[in-house]
Parts: sequence; C-alpha cells; structure tokens
Amino acid sequence: MDLSFMQATLLTLLGGLPLTLHLTASSILLGGAGALVLALMRTSGIVLLSAPARAYVFVFRGTPLLIQLFMIYYGLGQFRPALQDLGLWSFFRDPYFCAVLAMAMNTAAYSSEIIRGGLASVPPGALEAASACGMRPLMRLRRIVLPLAIRQALPAYGNELVLMAKATSLASTITLMEVTGLAGKMIAQTYRAVEIFACAGLIYLALTLILTRAVLLLEWWLSPRRPRRQPAPPTICTTGEPA
Amino acid sequence: MTATHALPPQAAATRNGTPPWPVEKIAVLDLHKSFGSIEVLKGISFTANQGDVVAILGSSGSGKSTLLRCVNFLETPDAGEIIVCGENVRMRRRRDGRQAPADPAQLTRVRTRASMVFQSFNLWPHMTILENVIEAPVHVQRRPRKDCIEEAEALLDKVGLAAKRHEYPAVLSGGQQQRAAIARALASHPEVLLFDEPTSALDPELVGEVLKVMRALAEEGRTMLVVTHEMGFARHVSTRSLFLHQGRVEEEGASAEMFAHPRTDRFRQFIQRSQS
Repeated sequence: MDLSFMQATLLTLLGGLPLTLHLTASSILLGGAGALVLALMRTSGIVLLSAPARAYVFVFRGTPLLIQLFMIYYGLGQFRPALQDLGLWSFFRDPYFCAVLAMAMNTAAYSSEIIRGGLASVPPGALEAASACGMRPLMRLRRIVLPLAIRQALPAYGNELVLMAKATSLASTITLMEVTGLAGKMIAQTYRAVEIFACAGLIYLALTLILTRAVLLLEWWLSPRRPRRQPAPPTICTTGEPA
Repeated sequence: MTATHALPPQAAATRNGTPPWPVEKIAVLDLHKSFGSIEVLKGISFTANQGDVVAILGSSGSGKSTLLRCVNFLETPDAGEIIVCGENVRMRRRRDGRQAPADPAQLTRVRTRASMVFQSFNLWPHMTILENVIEAPVHVQRRPRKDCIEEAEALLDKVGLAAKRHEYPAVLSGGQQQRAAIARALASHPEVLLFDEPTSALDPELVGEVLKVMRALAEEGRTMLVVTHEMGFARHVSTRSLFLHQGRVEEEGASAEMFAHPRTDRFRQFIQRSQS
C-alpha cells in the first residue's frame, strides 16, 4: 500500500464528487416528485389513474437500472431524426440528462411504493376529522395526509436515497466522469485497482454516512412526541384533571 | 367557566334561558341510507331547535351513528333532505347513481357550522393539542392566527387542558384527548355540536370528566346531537330523546317524559336493559 499514492488518488477522485452529488440530487428530486404523483394515482381509486401507475411500477421495478440507462442513452439514438423533429435531441444526446432521467424514473417506481405504504398508514380517523371540519381534499392532503405519510415512509425512503447515491456509479458506463468513472480511468492508466477502488468506496461510504445521518435527523425532527416549546407553567384548571 | 368570550353570538344570546321562539338548527326529512343491500336508515325525520340537546338512542345496528354522520355528510344519504342552520344541502347524482354533495363551498360551510366529536377522538397525531384546536379556524376559516391561538387557549382552559396545550395527543389519556377534541370542535364557532358516542372508547373512570364538559356545554344552551349509551346523560342532561330501532324512529319526545313514561314496549325494554 502506497499512502502518498492513495492520498493523490483520493484527491483526484474527489474531483468527481460534484458530478456524483449533482446526479444524486437531481434524480432524487425528480424521482421524489414522480413518486408522489405515482403514489397518489395508485391510491386514487380511479382505474384510469391507478392502472397506468401500477404498470409503470411493474416495468421500472422489474428491469435493471443499467438496462433502463442503456435504453435511454443508446436506444433512443435510433430515433434521432424523430427526436430532432421534436427538438428533444439535445437532451437525449447528453449523457448527464439521460442518467438523471433513467435514475429518476427508476427511483420514482420504488419510492412510489414506499409512499403508498405511508399513505396506507394514515389513520382513517384523522382523515374523517379533517373532512368533518370542512377541509377540501387538497388541503386535507397537504395538512394531514402527507405530513403523516411522509413521516411514516421516511425510514424506508432513506434506504432508497442511499441506493440512489450509489447507483450514480452506473452513470460511468455512459461516459460520465463521476467518482466511479474517474476511478476506472485511473485504473486503466495505473493498473492499481485495489487502492483506487478502495478510495472510491471510501467516498461513497462517507456520502452514505452523511445521507443516513441527515435522514435520522429529519426523522427526529418530525417525530410527534418531542415538545416543540418548553411546556407552559401550570395554570389553574377550571375543570378537574383526573386525579 | 371562563369562556364567555369564546362563545358564538347566537349561543351567548341564549345563555340565560330558552330562546323566545324556536329557531330550527337541524332538520332531517325522510332520510334513507343503505350500505350495499342493507338499508340502515329507512326514512328518518326529526328536527332540533336552538338549545336542544337531543340524545340519539338505540341498540347497536339501529342506525344512530349513521344518522349523525349523515348530518355532517361523512356519509352521503341516498335520499331525503338535511337542512343545517337553514341551509338545504344540495346534492347531485353521480354517474354510478349515488348521491354526492353538489357544492364543495356549501359543504365546507355546513360542516363548519356542525362540528363533530368522534368516538375515537381522531386528533391529528402530528400536531400538538393547540395546533389541533387552531387548525380548522386558521386553515379552513382563514381567521387571523393570533386570534385563533388566544381563543384556543381559552377553550383549552375551559376543558381543563391549558397545561397540556403543547403536548402531542399520544401522551394524553383518552379522557384528555376527548376533551381536546371537544375544544377543537368548538374552535370553529359551530352552531351545532355532533357527538358520536363520545364516551364509548373511554375507560370507565375517564367517562365522568368528558360528560362533565358536555353537561357544561348543554347548560350554556348549545345545540347538541348526542349519540350515546350513557343513559344518565340522556335522562338528565338531554332535553329531547330520539329512540331508533332498525333504521326508524321508534319513539321521540322530551327526555324526562320519555324516560318516566315510555310509550313503546321496545323503548321500555331498552331502558330496563341498560339499567341492569
């Protein structure tokens, strides 16, 4: 083991970290929005909405992310003239866009199932109370359903975030020079796979650590048993407390 | 009680006695409701005037909870009319043949005027007690948050929960949760309070504290519909009783009169059974 070489490697690989972070953040944000829409479609009780959502999840959860990535990046190249006519070619020839699209569509499928679980956990009584006090469906969703569902879905969703952060390494297969892409390039030049991959792994490990901590923090922050303010000093009650 | 200022003007006007003339708050006309092939309500009619405390009685399966939930449109009636505070709720027929409220704005208005208290409290678990109480006034009625908080604190004080206002529902006892739910129901200045078996999910030793709050509300002259198994409340606090049997009104009248001289055999048996 050559420590100074590893240090140099680590510094080089860190150059790929911004791209890795960009890929992660974009696909998580896009995929999260997609997941919410899919989960709401799926639980809408309207066949015209729930059936497409079900089919989408079936396809994107049932096929490897790598194949989805190749289908978008290489596969759509076959339809270049049509995409050019639509003015979409500038997107689909960009590997960054293709990688984000593939990962977002993939994580949307998985996350929609996680959110669906969260939605199912919302107590029916909380919904009824919201309706009974005059809330319309959209406000009910925003004020009651989503806060409860998201809190419930958070641990499982944190898992999905970690998977997505690591899945960005697949983007190296379509020429993107993020951490894994840079590592591969360095190995081709030096043949020192162990040191270089160890450094790359270390970077992902640190990234995962930060992500999981952040999700834990969010979980704690959204937990309902924590008093938000200091309890008020006891006041005189006019009706009896139970002894 | 320190909540005079928290009362809506209508109730305040009638605090010290019955209104000079009857003001109809709830009118139900020939209400029908089925679940699948089972007809739960088979044509129910009744009215409740301002200041009436109507106990809705009946054995389980008699349709009393369904009736109450129809008044708040948590259940949509199949046929019949429901008039809440003079407003006849318009219905439209959906494509599957069932009815649905036609005007969402009207539905919101009516639901705000008739607040519901549930058997299982149904507080929102992700909000503190105070947040639960101000939720509807702030977000549904869009009243200034500061006023709502002041008023909510007075209401919580009235139900004996001032010290618990920053706690979450999960740490409260059932009786405290139900009292918080009553404060939440009062917060939107309802003209009618609907209670759906408010003490049935409580441990016996916690029933008293909730009944005490309800009795205080009754004495303020509030209009209340109370589905209950508490015969003591029906007999001594409610002004009128409605006894349902198999989806029909079997007997109704002034509570004192009804309990002293039941006219139907079924109601007589019902009283006897609940005493033993």
